[in-house]
Amino acid sequence: MNFDDLSAARPDLAFIAHWVPANAHVLDVGCGDGVMMDYLQSDKRCSGYGIEIADDKVLASTRRGVQVVQQDMEKGLALFGDNSFDTVLCLSSLQMMKHVEALLRDIVRVGKEVIVSFPNFAYWPHRVALLRGRMPVSKSLPYEWHDTPNLRCATINDFRDLAHDCGVEVIDCVALAEGKRVDFLPNLRGDLAVFRLRKKAH
Amino acid sequence: MSSLGYVTPQTMQFAEPLPLQSGAALRDYMLMYETYGTLNADKSNAVLVCHALNASHHVAGEYEGKPKSTGWWDNMVGPGKSLDTDKFFVIGINNLGSCFGSTGPMHTNPATGKPYGATFPVVTVEDWVSAQARLADQLGITQFAAVMGGSLGGMQALAWSIMYPDRLRHCVVIASTAKLSAQNIAFNDVARQAILSDPDYRGGDFYEYGVVPKNGLRVARMVGHITYLSDDDMAEKFGRKLRAVADDKVDKEAATGAYKFDFGVDFEIESYLRYQGDKFSEYFDANTYLLITKALDYFDPARHHGGDLSKTLAATRAKFFLASFTTDWRFSPERSQEIVKALIDNRRQVTYAEIDAPHGHDAFLLEDPRYLNLVRAYYDRVWNDINAVKEAA
Repeated sequence: MNFDDLSAARPDLAFIAHWVPANAHVLDVGCGDGVMMDYLQSDKRCSGYGIEIADDKVLASTRRGVQVVQQDMEKGLALFGDNSFDTVLCLSSLQMMKHVEALLRDIVRVGKEVIVSFPNFAYWPHRVALLRGRMPVSKSLPYEWHDTPNLRCATINDFRDLAHDCGVEVIDCVALAEGKRVDFLPNLRGDLAVFRLRKKAH
Repeated sequence: MSSLGYVTPQTMQFAEPLPLQSGAALRDYMLMYETYGTLNADKSNAVLVCHALNASHHVAGEYEGKPKSTGWWDNMVGPGKSLDTDKFFVIGINNLGSCFGSTGPMHTNPATGKPYGATFPVVTVEDWVSAQARLADQLGITQFAAVMGGSLGGMQALAWSIMYPDRLRHCVVIASTAKLSAQNIAFNDVARQAILSDPDYRGGDFYEYGVVPKNGLRVARMVGHITYLSDDDMAEKFGRKLRAVADDKVDKEAATGAYKFDFGVDFEIESYLRYQGDKFSEYFDANTYLLITKALDYFDPARHHGGDLSKTLAATRAKFFLASFTTDWRFSPERSQEIVKALIDNRRQVTYAEIDAPHGHDAFLLEDPRYLNLVRAYYDRVWNDINAVKEAA
C-alpha cells in the first residue's frame, strides 16, 4: 500500500503517518483492518504489531500481512515491555475504552512516542446539535446515542488536561477536519483530535 | 468423502541410530508418513503437519476400501482448504513410539528379538523433531515453508523453531503451550496410573500374554477426554440427562428422574465417556499412551534457559502464527500468550488469534469458519512469502 492509497482511504491516517519515522518499530493499539500498519510496513519499512479484538478485523489485518495480536485492550499491554516501541498508535480507539487513563499510562509506558486520536466532541456541528437538544451524529461520530461504541466523549481541551494529570508531555496537538489540519479555532473546527505525546523527562 | 480422495501411507527405514535426549539411542527404526500435493522444483512449498496424542501421519484423505478412514485434520488440509494442497506439499509423519505404524513398543527390539514393550526408550518432543528432520533430509527438504501442529503437535512445531531455526520459514502453533502446568501433568499421571495398575499391563509385556490392559486404557481415555471438553460444552451436550434403558432411545420418563440405584450407567455423560473409552481401548496401545503423555510432561524448552522463554525463543528465525480457544482449559489462551510475549520480546513476527469457541481443547480439530479462515489467510501469506523469495533469487 502506498501513500496515495492511504490518502484516498483514510486522509486522517495519511496525516498521522507523517509523524511515524521510517523503520520505526510500531504498536498500533486498536489496529482495525490493519490499513495503517499495512502502509507503514510497505511504504515506510516499519515493523511491529497491531492489537485488535474483533474477529473480522483480526482476519482483515492478517490478510493484509499485518502482525496482529488478538486481545482486549481493556486488559492493558502486559505483553509489551517498557519503551519497546518507537511509536505507539492509538487511533480513534481510546474513546471506546472504559479505562482510558490506565490504558493511556500503559501506552506511554511501552512507547517512546505516542500518537493518540479521537473524535473531538467540541466540533462545532456537535455543539449545534446539542444546542438543538440532540446528541450529535456526524461523520466523526456516526452513531446514535444508544448504539455507539464510544464510551468516552472528550474535547481537545479535556484530553490535554488528562495528559497533564498522567504526567505526559504533549509534543504536538493538531485538529483535523476531513483529514486536513485546522489551525484557526481547532477545538471548534476540528472533528478529529490528534495528540503526539511522550513521557515527561524526569 | 474427503476432497483429497484416496491416500496411501509410505514408510522410510533408518539404519543410523537416533540419539535420544534420555541418552539412549534407537537403531533400525522406521517412520510412517503420508504426503499430499506436489513438491515444487525448488522444494520450497513443503509443510510439515505434526500430530497430537492419539493421531498419526494420516492427516487428511481417506484409505481406499475404508469408508470411515478420513484423516484427523481433513477439514484443514486438502485442495482449496485452509492448508491448500493445490499449493503446498503437505507431510504427516507418525512419531516414534506411536502405535500407528512407525517404530513403537509393539515392534520387535532388534537387540532382544522380543517386542520392546515397556523397554521402548522414552522419547521426547525434541527426539520426534530430530527424527522428522531426518525424514525431511531424505526427501531433500532443507527448509519447510511451515511446520504446523495443534496441542502436542504445536509443541513439535515450536521445538522445530528452536532446534532448526533455519529449516522453517513459518511456525504455526495451535492450542498449544511451551510447557504443561502441574494440573496437566497431574491429569496425565492419573491416566498413566490407570494403565500401570491394570493387571493386564503385565509390566508392559502384555503382547506376549495375548492380553490388552483395556480397563487402564479406558480410564486413561475417559480422564483425558474430560479435559478436552469445556464445562459449558459438556453441560450443553449432556447436562444431567439420563441414559434410556433401551439403547439409542431417549426414555422420556427417565429424563424426569428414574435413577437405577446401582453402579451402572445412569447419566448420558457416563455413557458417552465409557463409549469413548471402549473405542479407544480397541485401537490404542497402552505403552504408547505412557510414552506420549511422558513426552507431553517433559516438554519445557525454557528449562535449559533458567525458565526464561524469551531467552529460549531468541534462537528462532521463523515467523509465527498462534491460535488458542477461549474455553480451552487444558491448553489455555494464557499459555499461548506466554509464547506470544516471548516472541514479541524478541521482535519476532507473530500473529495471534484467540478464538471464542465453546468446545474446549477439541476446538482446534473442529469446523469453525473464524478459525479456518484465519489459518487460510495466514497460509496465503506463507504462499506469498515463498514466492517473493523465489522472485528475489
